[in-house]
Amino acid sequence: MDSAILTLILLVPLAGAILVALLPDRSKLPAWLALITTLVTFGLTLHLPAHYDAAHPGFQFVVDKLWIENPAIFYHVGVDGLSLWLVVLVGLLGPVGVLASWKAIQRREKIYYSLFLLQQTAMIGVFISLDLMVYYGFWELSLVPMAILIAMYGRKNGPAAATKFFLFTFIPSAPLLVAILYLYARTGTFQFPDLRTDVAVGAVPAGALFWVALAFLFAFAVKVPVFPLHGWLADTFSEAPVAMAMVVAGKLGLYSMLRFHVGLFPVQARNIAPLLIALGVIGILYGACLALVQRDYWRFLAFAAMSHLGLITVGVYGFTLTGWTGATYQILNNELIDAALFVLLGALQIRYATSEIAAYGGLANRVPRLATLFVIVSLAMIGLPMLNGFIGEFLILSSTFSGVSHGWAIAATVGVILSAAYMLSMVQRVFYGTESKLVLDAPARDLHIGEQLVLWPIAVLLLVMGVAPNLWLRTIETAPKPIVLQQAQSAAKFYVTLKSRSFGEAQR
Amino acid sequence: MNSVPDIYRILPEVILTITGVLVMLIDASIAPLRSRRILGWLAATGTTVAYLASVWQLSLPTGAGYSGTVETSPFTVFFHVLICGIIIVTLLLSVDALPEDSHHQGEYYALVVFGAVGMCLLTAATELLVVFIGLEISSISTYILAGYRKQTGKGPEAAIKYFLLGSFATAFLLYGIALVFGATGTTSIYEIAHNAANAQNQLLVEGALAMMLVGILFKVSAAPFHLWTPDVYEGAPSPVVGLMSTAPKAAAFAFLLRMLFEMFPHLRNIWAPVLWVVAVLSMTIGNLAALRQQNVKRMLAYSAIAHAGYLLAAFAGFGSTGIAAASFYTAAYAAMNVGIFAVVTIAGGYGDERPLIADYKGLIYRSPLLGSLLIFFLISLIGIPFTGGFFGKFYSFTAAVGGGAVVLAVIGLLNSGVAAAYYLRLAFAVAQRPEEDDSTARMPFAPVGVGIITALIFATIATIALGIVPGSALHAAETGAHTLQTPPPASPAPPEVTVMQSSQ
Repeated sequence: MDSAILTLILLVPLAGAILVALLPDRSKLPAWLALITTLVTFGLTLHLPAHYDAAHPGFQFVVDKLWIENPAIFYHVGVDGLSLWLVVLVGLLGPVGVLASWKAIQRREKIYYSLFLLQQTAMIGVFISLDLMVYYGFWELSLVPMAILIAMYGRKNGPAAATKFFLFTFIPSAPLLVAILYLYARTGTFQFPDLRTDVAVGAVPAGALFWVALAFLFAFAVKVPVFPLHGWLADTFSEAPVAMAMVVAGKLGLYSMLRFHVGLFPVQARNIAPLLIALGVIGILYGACLALVQRDYWRFLAFAAMSHLGLITVGVYGFTLTGWTGATYQILNNELIDAALFVLLGALQIRYATSEIAAYGGLANRVPRLATLFVIVSLAMIGLPMLNGFIGEFLILSSTFSGVSHGWAIAATVGVILSAAYMLSMVQRVFYGTESKLVLDAPARDLHIGEQLVLWPIAVLLLVMGVAPNLWLRTIETAPKPIVLQQAQSAAKFYVTLKSRSFGEAQR
Repeated sequence: MNSVPDIYRILPEVILTITGVLVMLIDASIAPLRSRRILGWLAATGTTVAYLASVWQLSLPTGAGYSGTVETSPFTVFFHVLICGIIIVTLLLSVDALPEDSHHQGEYYALVVFGAVGMCLLTAATELLVVFIGLEISSISTYILAGYRKQTGKGPEAAIKYFLLGSFATAFLLYGIALVFGATGTTSIYEIAHNAANAQNQLLVEGALAMMLVGILFKVSAAPFHLWTPDVYEGAPSPVVGLMSTAPKAAAFAFLLRMLFEMFPHLRNIWAPVLWVVAVLSMTIGNLAALRQQNVKRMLAYSAIAHAGYLLAAFAGFGSTGIAAASFYTAAYAAMNVGIFAVVTIAGGYGDERPLIADYKGLIYRSPLLGSLLIFFLISLIGIPFTGGFFGKFYSFTAAVGGGAVVLAVIGLLNSGVAAAYYLRLAFAVAQRPEEDDSTARMPFAPVGVGIITALIFATIATIALGIVPGSALHAAETGAHTLQTPPPASPAPPEVTVMQSSQ
């Protein structure tokens, strides 16, 4: 069971996608099938934390089989503390996405759910692949369903947004592929664990490694997105179907940074870390400022997300144990909060058919449950203690303060304060104040059962993750750090000099 | 040493020729207004037998026949199988796509099959004059096929343009053959491989290389010899475009591989940089021009130019890696391109009634099957993993990186990023919701028959299989590459005799 579980998790959504594509497009059949498939997948992903052995860090549930002889590509999958919860997260967001689409998607459901399940497969594949080629395959594959769905279901100008999204993420993956091929030409392997050793012992010339690491970083940074590579984000958020938009940003890019940039090229990553921290902080502030002035709530959400992703970037490139733990935890928090916000705003979009913030007002009296949940999720996003956002933000900020520089930590904290400003003013503008004409004219329909089924568990989860973070942190802390540190130690001397140089300057 | 009967060495060619002749004879005996669909099935059956014969040839020992003019080896079998596969799919597609009232269907099927004879011969030939004959047979039949729709203005124009420019290109090739004969005193590829490096006049050999390169690069529509491609593709019927963008190209690439890696390996430091430039030019010009196209077939024509560039990148790889990568690419490209032209044949109409990208708007709503397949083939052309297009590019650029051409690989992959823009334009047009009052949307599609369905299934399965289990195809390509790399056996007959006879 242990060895087959990851393959099962990968194949169940794929089989679901094929099944949905083959069966007739009759009333709600595709949706039900998709729901069952995602629930089964989610159930299977829960096997991972239940059977993960925290005492023996490293990759578990590993399968390593030759797939293609030449070049040697292995079907090599496994999870460790870094990817474990991310896989579960993808599993959880599966049924959430299906339920969020239930009412919103009324035409061509067959194509929609088939591609939705394919997207699930691709994302799971990204998180569990330990062979760089297989990883790259899933990474690219994840673009396709997303782009097609944005084109098909875009609100105003789908194809334009889809093209923008696709090109923004596809073009940077060209240098990524060349970099992977170059590593293969040098070392003869695509396997992550082997490459990590090869790079650490200097099998690849340092001059070339700089470019290779940069190519990796560039592809990931666009996907996160890190400022100034965020051009695609706002359009994608406002055009993509809700269930798609909630998974598009953040976790794929950030996970890849942790695993394949910091994890594979610690020296190069350390070198470029000051730049990434600066960009992260700029992203926090820039995103927050833009979120303050948005008129459309999808774009608002895009910039709010960008601001929060900036904070996680700072945590990743702070090169501290706490920062990495916090960053990994915050990826989970962020995705959950974003998913909840997407469902809530999607509910508004269906009911009132506009995403203009100014058109709303005084909703709280009409749809109290929606308003309550929105406030809870907003507070989690702001980082209120007892809710999950606080834990992640605190870990990242404190590690930045003590381990990187006071200046950057303070700047980042300002961004966190700003998040309270934009989030609360958004809540105020939409849910309180006088009831707008739009709100008065439309019939008041509070959350229906499907939406509540999604939102209440997430709300509870936000609370549990805020009160008992150790349930998650225990596993997160196990695996990835020692790996990175081990490598980092080999170049420890280098870091010391570097740190005194670049970070000293930053402090002054 | 040559215990295999000569006829076995050209068995597929013989079967194809008999099939073609049969088709013509039966065509003459069918009353003028009767359906000639049966001829298409006959041709497809004959080609299938030729396909099986090619596979059977694998059991023969590698070697040459007919006084060292043709050979059978895993290399030739790879391309024979590929070409026969393309021809079968094209024939199946044409059976349904050609209008019922066309009187010339018999000629059409015969020409397709005769073209295949030429292409197969071209890949098997180890004698430059046989190469020339093979090239001419395949070219002449494609010239005629390109102008098959005589009633439209663009058909004859396409044919004439293709014919005039194509004749120039073959003339270049022939002149190159003359020069190499002058330098080495032979037209046998084996002999030239032995003699060329020690030839007295290296300038003559280099001149021959240049001339022959021009001729072949024209055939594979590589820049700067690509100008005919868009016009011809636009004017020719879609099934024919599917054929001529793949099979003759595969054959020409096979000969190019043989020519460069077997005949002129010692001039590598001359042809490698030239092909580097040609590859970069082809992909860049092809992709940039494709970005601006509104006509689907013209766009795919420029895409074909770009793909010739990606394929040429493999030539930067050393020895068998490069050969195997290039061979694999021809197969992957053939699968997806034949597939996409099969869809275009139905969606665009046989007479190109819906030629523009705008006409494809909402295709997925009108015909979910065609729409999904079109998007699938486009995704493969973009080079998304788990499709044949990806591994084609992957092996090609891996070979290039292995050969030290990292810059070429970077340019190539960035190019494939640019290319995604125009493929996506078509894909998203297909995915878009159609406008209600769209008159082109109401035009009915030609009925989708058994032939087209089978053709589409073949192309789809091939594209997926090459993307998920590329191992066996690559293995075949590698085995072929090794036979091309091993030193050629000494010719059983004195080559001078052959040369004297042929040149008279």
